[in-house]
Formats: sequence, C-alpha cells, structure tokens
Amino acid sequence: MLYAITIYGEAGVFDTLPKARQDEVMAGHGALQEALGARGEFVSIKLMPPTSAVMLDPAQEAGQPPLIVDGPFAETKESFLGFYAAEFADLEEALQFAGMISSPVARLEVRPVAWAGGAISSG
Amino acid sequence: MSEWLEATFSQHRPRAIAALTRYFRDIDLAEDAFAEACLKAVAEWTENGRPRDGLAWLLTTARNAGLDQLRKTRRRQDILSRHRLDLEPVPPVPPDPDALRDDVLRLLFICCHPRLDPQDQIAIALKIVGGLTVDEIARGFLVKPKAMEQRLTRAKKKIAASHVAFETPTPQERNRRLGKVSLMVYLMFNEGWSTSGGDAQIRLTLCEEAIRLARLLVGLFPGMGEQSALLALLLLQHARRDARSDAAGRLVPLDAQDRTRWDRANISEGLALLQKVERINHQGPYRVQAAIAATHARAGSDETTDWPLIEAHYAALYALQPTPVVRLNLIAAQARTLGPAAALERMASVAEELDRYRWFHAMRGSLLQQVGEPAAAIDAFEAALALGPTAPERVAVEEKIALCRKNLRQL
Repeated sequence: MLYAITIYGEAGVFDTLPKARQDEVMAGHGALQEALGARGEFVSIKLMPPTSAVMLDPAQEAGQPPLIVDGPFAETKESFLGFYAAEFADLEEALQFAGMISSPVARLEVRPVAWAGGAISSG
Repeated sequence: MSEWLEATFSQHRPRAIAALTRYFRDIDLAEDAFAEACLKAVAEWTENGRPRDGLAWLLTTARNAGLDQLRKTRRRQDILSRHRLDLEPVPPVPPDPDALRDDVLRLLFICCHPRLDPQDQIAIALKIVGGLTVDEIARGFLVKPKAMEQRLTRAKKKIAASHVAFETPTPQERNRRLGKVSLMVYLMFNEGWSTSGGDAQIRLTLCEEAIRLARLLVGLFPGMGEQSALLALLLLQHARRDARSDAAGRLVPLDAQDRTRWDRANISEGLALLQKVERINHQGPYRVQAAIAATHARAGSDETTDWPLIEAHYAALYALQPTPVVRLNLIAAQARTLGPAAALERMASVAEELDRYRWFHAMRGSLLQQVGEPAAAIDAFEAALALGPTAPERVAVEEKIALCRKNLRQL
C-alpha cells in the first residue's frame, strides 16, 4: 500500500531553533530518506514557505479560467510543510518509519494514498 | 524541551507584543506580560500538552497577567490616565487577523520613530519585535552591551512619548507605514551584511532577523509586490553568505565566489517570489534590486553572467532612484559591458559627490589596475583605506596594493 506521511507545523519555528536542534531534525530526515531509498522508490517534497504561493480560485462562470490570486491562502496557525510518499506493507510499518522524523516542531499524518499518475506508482 | 518552546514563543512574539501594545497602550507592560505568559506556558504546555492555538493562549494569558500587574502596581494610574481599560479578566478570544495585521505594522512603525536615527530604529525593533537580548544586539552592532543598553533606554523613552494613532489606519496611512517599515527592514539587513567599521564582516543575526521581519510583512500583506520583492532580494543576497568570506575570514568578491556554496533553498525561494512579483507587474526599487540579484543567482559563473541585463536593471533603478551610489553601480555594470576604460571615464560624473565613499575609490583602483595604470591605482586604493574600511575590506585592498606594486616593479 502506498502511504503518504504529511508534515504540518508552524512555518518559521524551525528556522528559529538553535543550530544543534535543527541538525537533530535534519538527521531524522536523513535517516528516513536513507532507509526508504534502500527499500525502493520514494518521494520526498519540502514545500517552500507559504509566502511564495499563488492561488487558483475557482472560476465564477463556466468556461472562464480560474482566477489567479496572490497567496498565501491565509495566515494559518499550522502550515503544510512537506510530505513523503512510499510503499509500506501496512500502517504499522508506515508509522514506524514516520517515527524517524517525529519532532516537537511538527505534527505528522500518516495516510494511505492511491496512485493517480506520475513517476511513482503503487503497481 | 524548552528550546522548542522558545522557538515557538519567538515565532508568536511580533504578533503577541503588537496586539498587547494596542491593548495596554504601553510597550513595557506588553513585553512584561508576554514574558510572564511564556513562563506560564512552559509549565502549562509541558504538563498538559500544547493548546490548539498557541498565540490565542499566550494572548489571553498575557492580557490577564498584565491586568493583574495593573491592579497591583502604580503603573495603573499612569496607563489608565491615557485610556480606558476594563480590569476584569478576559475570556479567551481568538485574535482577529485583520486587527493583528495592523497591530504588527503599527508596532514596527512605532520603532521607526523619526526622532531615532536609523541604527537606533533597527536596534529597538530587534529588541521589542525580535525579542533579541541586549547582548545579542550589541554584538550585531559591534558595541559594548552597556553602551547598547543606554542607547535602547534612550530610544525607548523617545518612542514611549510618541503619539501613534491606535485606530485602524486608512489605506494611505497603511501604505506609508509599510514603506517606512520596509526601509527599516532593508537597512537592518544591510547593517548585518556590511557594517561600517569593525572586524566581523557579516553579522548573520541581523540578516536573519531582517528576513524574518520581511517574511512577516509578506505573510500579513500578501498582495503587496514591494514587500515580496524585498523578501526575494534579501533571500537572494543572503544565499551568498557562506561564499562571501574564505576560511581565513577574508572577503571573496562576487566574481571569485565558489557558487556551489550559494544556498540553493534561499535562491529557489527568492526566484519564486520574484516571479510572483513579476506576474502582478509591480515596479519598484526592491523589485529591480531583486532582479539584479536574481541575474547573478541564475548565472553558473561570473563569465556567463548576463551583464547587459544587469546594466539594464541598474539603468531602471537609476530612473527610480537617481542617486550617485546607484549610478556608481550602473557604471560598475558598464565596466563589464563597455570595458574598464569607458567605465573610468563615466566615473568622473560622480567623483565629486562620492569623494568620501570608500567603494568609489576601491572601484576606481580596480579599474585603473585593469587598464594598466598601477601607480594611479595605488593612489585610489590608498584613498579607500583612508575612509575607514572594515578589517576584511582592508585586507582585500592591501592585497590589491601589493599586486600593483609588484606590477610596477616589473614595468
């Protein structure tokens, strides 16, 4: 089963941490990426800060293009910071891997996802 | 655990202090109340876990802590004489994002008090909004902590006496505040990037704080092109920090920098922001400067840099800001497109105005060196040395003089 490990946190908190704590967080990501790489294909995406976002609002009338609006979407308390996607045998295993990047600056969500096109597939 | 919490508090600090300042109309009380709320949070959050909305929790707790102080102390009369305040404890209310946006802008604007010189404006913003300690700020400005403390105390007195309207600002007033505050953030970065005098060339803390504030402004005012451009500019500049000095602490000029040491994450974010600004077709000085930095960032090497494009950007900047320093930068770009001799000729047009500007003489020395006039180049470099360069700049200029002397002997 393909699982996504999505990462949420308050944007900017990580940057405020002392270097040693930042290194701890990054070491977790390094270990996870190495472990996933050894097993097969995986994707890891780090979202840029929300200030660089542009939004597409749905078109008001049929046939019109969507309205492109300057992001970010909102001053949200928690932002979507990034995600991993990889094959895991089951939820138990996905949780075990996700635990490698658990840190006080982020909340993680582990969720099964279905392949919908692109370079990685569940097949 | 406390370091993680501290990072969270420092992230909330600008908004919290800003909202509390509007509430109490007193920055000192706002700072004290926030500090007390953070102390309570350490105990409470460690024991019971974090609240869903940390900022709302801190604001409510700080308001009640501040009210408690007001009830107990003589500050009460002083503050209550200035505005009405209900002293009953407040129930938790989620902060209103629109009000918060103007609060943060107002707090930063208060720091830009016209009676403070730009350095003091920056120092007071680092203290109040950034929450830096006096020691950290003193290090940033290369002064003794004691001296910085006195400066901050004087600056605080001046801003305490200022009368800034607490009503919701008109759009024009909001724009005016945003312009002033953005300039302060820009100067904060420059202060960190190249302080005048002293031996540490790059004061990263100031640069990082400036980027945080620029990011805060973009987050609060997402539609404003000039603020996005400012953040893009700072990120593109900051990306070069590691390549900018060598292991011995010597300055490495742009053309000799190891570009693999430029921070790719900063560059991609800066370029993404600039593309956004270009989409909304915004024009302004920060955008042009960001476009110049982006041209360097996109080039794989000094040789493959698009100098005609950089020259065009500087010409556009000169149209927006016709100052001699911008003109000097335009001429520096022309040295690459038209050659050093043509650039030297053009430098005469700003020679009088920039006679006390050390970069003018340093650049003139380099161009004279390139056209094969080492004796005149030495004179120009010595003029630059006489105008108080930083220690790493001094080393770089002295090396150039030594090279010219060697060339002279070979002639």
